[in-house]
Amino acid sequence: MDRHPWLPNLGHVEEMLKNIGVSSIDELFSDIPEEILLKKGLNIGFGKPLSEYDIERKVKEISERNLKLKFPPFTGGGVCPHYVPKAVKAIIGRSEFYTSYTPYQPEINQGLLQSLFEYQSLMAEVLEMEVVNSSLYDWGTALAEAGLMAYRLTGKKKILVSDLTNPYHLEVLETWSSGLGLDIIKIPHNTRGEIDLQKVEEFMTSDTAAVYVEQPNFYGILETELESITDLARKKGIITISGIKPIALGIIKPPGEYDFDIAIGDGQELGLPLNFGGPYVGIMATKWDGKLVKQMPGRIVGITEDEKGNKGYTLILQTREQFIRREKATSNITTNEALMAIANAVYLSLLGKEGLKELGNEIYRRGHYMVKKTENLGIAKKEYSGDFFEEFLLTFNKDYMKIHESLLRNGIHGGLPIEQNKALFCVTEMHAREMIDEVISLMGE
Amino acid sequence: MWEQAKWNEPLIFELKGEKRIGMLIPREELDVEVELPNSLRRSQDPELPELSELEVVRHFTRLSEMNFGVDSGMMPLGSCTMKYNPKIEEIASLVTEDIHPLQDENTTQGSMEMLYYVQSWLAEATGMDECSLAIPAGASGELAGSLMIRKYNKNRDEMLVADTAHGTNPASASMVGFKVIYVKTNDKGTVNLNVLRELVSDKVAGFMLTNPNTLGIFEDEILEIAKYIHSVDGVLYYDGANLNGILGVARPGDMGFDIVHVNLHKTFAVPHGGGGPGAGAVCAKGKMVDFLPYPIVGKKSDKFVFIKPKNSIGRISTYNGNVGNIARAFTYMAGLGPQGISMIGKMSTLATNYLVSLLRNVEGLYLPFPQKYRKHEVVFSAEPATDWGITALDIAKALIDRGFYAPTVYFPSIVKEALMIEPTETEPKEEIEKFAFNLNEILKTAKANPEDIKKTPTHTSIRRLDQVKANHPATITPSYRVKKLREKDIIKLLK
Repeated sequence: MDRHPWLPNLGHVEEMLKNIGVSSIDELFSDIPEEILLKKGLNIGFGKPLSEYDIERKVKEISERNLKLKFPPFTGGGVCPHYVPKAVKAIIGRSEFYTSYTPYQPEINQGLLQSLFEYQSLMAEVLEMEVVNSSLYDWGTALAEAGLMAYRLTGKKKILVSDLTNPYHLEVLETWSSGLGLDIIKIPHNTRGEIDLQKVEEFMTSDTAAVYVEQPNFYGILETELESITDLARKKGIITISGIKPIALGIIKPPGEYDFDIAIGDGQELGLPLNFGGPYVGIMATKWDGKLVKQMPGRIVGITEDEKGNKGYTLILQTREQFIRREKATSNITTNEALMAIANAVYLSLLGKEGLKELGNEIYRRGHYMVKKTENLGIAKKEYSGDFFEEFLLTFNKDYMKIHESLLRNGIHGGLPIEQNKALFCVTEMHAREMIDEVISLMGE
Repeated sequence: MWEQAKWNEPLIFELKGEKRIGMLIPREELDVEVELPNSLRRSQDPELPELSELEVVRHFTRLSEMNFGVDSGMMPLGSCTMKYNPKIEEIASLVTEDIHPLQDENTTQGSMEMLYYVQSWLAEATGMDECSLAIPAGASGELAGSLMIRKYNKNRDEMLVADTAHGTNPASASMVGFKVIYVKTNDKGTVNLNVLRELVSDKVAGFMLTNPNTLGIFEDEILEIAKYIHSVDGVLYYDGANLNGILGVARPGDMGFDIVHVNLHKTFAVPHGGGGPGAGAVCAKGKMVDFLPYPIVGKKSDKFVFIKPKNSIGRISTYNGNVGNIARAFTYMAGLGPQGISMIGKMSTLATNYLVSLLRNVEGLYLPFPQKYRKHEVVFSAEPATDWGITALDIAKALIDRGFYAPTVYFPSIVKEALMIEPTETEPKEEIEKFAFNLNEILKTAKANPEDIKKTPTHTSIRRLDQVKANHPATITPSYRVKKLREKDIIKLLK
């Protein structure tokens, strides 16, 4: 191999070796014991270096083995398809952003720092909470971090969660906290599909660290007793954690209004593609309380001034972080989802005050339209009676998998199968009326 | 002369637009009248800006001009492997973008095939049996590894960590409840075997190590280290942050490591995105395979399926990992092929040692462990320059003033005034020479006129920042909301 576009020095090996004062590259590896030096090439890639055109052909060929869907998937489960504006793509496609690193040198990274500060600030307005970090990986890991935070704050190991918490989020919390032995206790739900307030009170004992409730929950149900839950918890010194879909917050009450201590969620719905699971962006926010903020994981950007009195931005509270505090850090997180946070910032800036509200209303309307029409035609019934946003659990009077397969045969991905006759659907601004109508009519066949 | 843009761009909240919108929301005619109940309704609209599309685009474009990435210039950040991110990677979105993570497996066979390729290529590159791509970043791989070790060695509570380790190692070990015990470095810049022998006991669950270490030096006694750790049934963990220095030359699996994490955003050219998103893999060998986090893509009679290992620690992230970025790494590996991959460790090591040869005799710098070859990176000490009142931080600021990103500074802590430099194999020889020349010039100036270095940077969009004001409980401002509330005297000190 004598030339490659990503290896500029292949043709200069001799000169460089000469300057170093060795006769071969192998000499630079003479400190590696002979028995562990690789004796053969690695079997990686497709036999030879592929040209750009051949890589493109390969990717296309592989992508054609995915089923080409006619409509965006109607699949719920915590993430849903949303339109990604071209302006968002253009901004996060700026290579000054996407090829940059964590802004350790603030003087040369003001653009990134201000963008992240704006992400924190826009999200703070949406959540009505004061402190937002510049991102965790995703919703599940944000929940795990919040659980660990509550343990550090209270020294207690019991975390109460609704039993209709998204099971994927819950599993991440269970995995992350298994080393420290946190105890995750599920509180049952009522017939509305909401957390049972009476049980919440019963379960809140003196060894409880935190209570976590999602709004909406896994089945899209909007909780109506959040105020009572935060009241109860406050009296007992229990940390309150809210899990939110930020896209709903143009219309529904934000966690700040309920006085939650910590809010978490995912910014996927604010300008990110589905990406088969990631990258997304884990949101974490707290109210203005030094105890909470000092336990927060991850990067936070703040305002300051330079020597000339010009406004500037820099990473703050870095003594919480692993590269300074090592085993005493609040988290091990380093690489985060900064670029996705910028996507959220651009998206929220485009939508603005009215846009976020309109979008929330439109998603709310379309979901209700689909449920009502499906119910009116006797095809399925919404499982729980509580009001809902974006996602909903439908119960069919026959085997859902048969319906699911017939939808697939028509190039449509239906809901997430839950049990034999139930599925979790998701309807957003990307599901036009004619798409919804077609799905309903196919399901009715 | 390099000069960064200075836009003095206001905060997006301070742009004056009103009654504008940056995107239209599609509205359907629906024969359904529904209203969210008032009890659930937000009482006040969020205070978001009201701007047209152009205003938003121009604002963020200007901000991007006040930033610096690999495409802007050399970023020799030690342990960060800021290599070039080939543009073809963008094609990868074809196979990931519109796919819901919970779609039926038979609708996502193409995407799963891509994941399967990457899994097996990374197992090959590291000498491991199986990889899980569910970790979104390196630290998450360390957490997964620590949990695997915790689950395997249930009754042990000590984790050994090299004193040169990345901060994420001890942080990850302590997140799962291990007591962290540091292993000292010897006078050759590698793990002190005598110290290690003393520390190894049946309380030790494992040892987290990176090789080459953060000094850029290969742990040449790795086979003995593995023998000690395995003699008490401890697990040897490989921090893959430094894999770039040996990729294609030697494999952690052949050195005796049991678990490895790989940072696809370092070694496999996924862009760093200003701090993320990254992507990663955690790979294991032998008995540790059963403990890997899931999902993993398996193959069942010609069909790709998601599988969960028998003793899996569970889900480490919500869905399938940062698939969008894994696909980027796929295109990178395809573009290099076996021949190219085999050159990565060699060419990155060549670049580092070439840089060392250019900096060896620079007054003001000192090279610890001078007799050793370096691999992906080298750590110089700027301690001699402190005689002139110049610190590693000053040198970093002077470098950015000349259009280079700064090296990693003050790490590893066992080297005083550390400048940790990683050129990577994608920087042309001339660029490495230019960097060395400029560093040399800076140190000459530092000796003759230290004040000229102290006042840098002046060519960036802003000068050195007041860190006290940024962090003081009375002035700390982590959001625009805090600024507003403080002005109205609604919030007080952060305590």
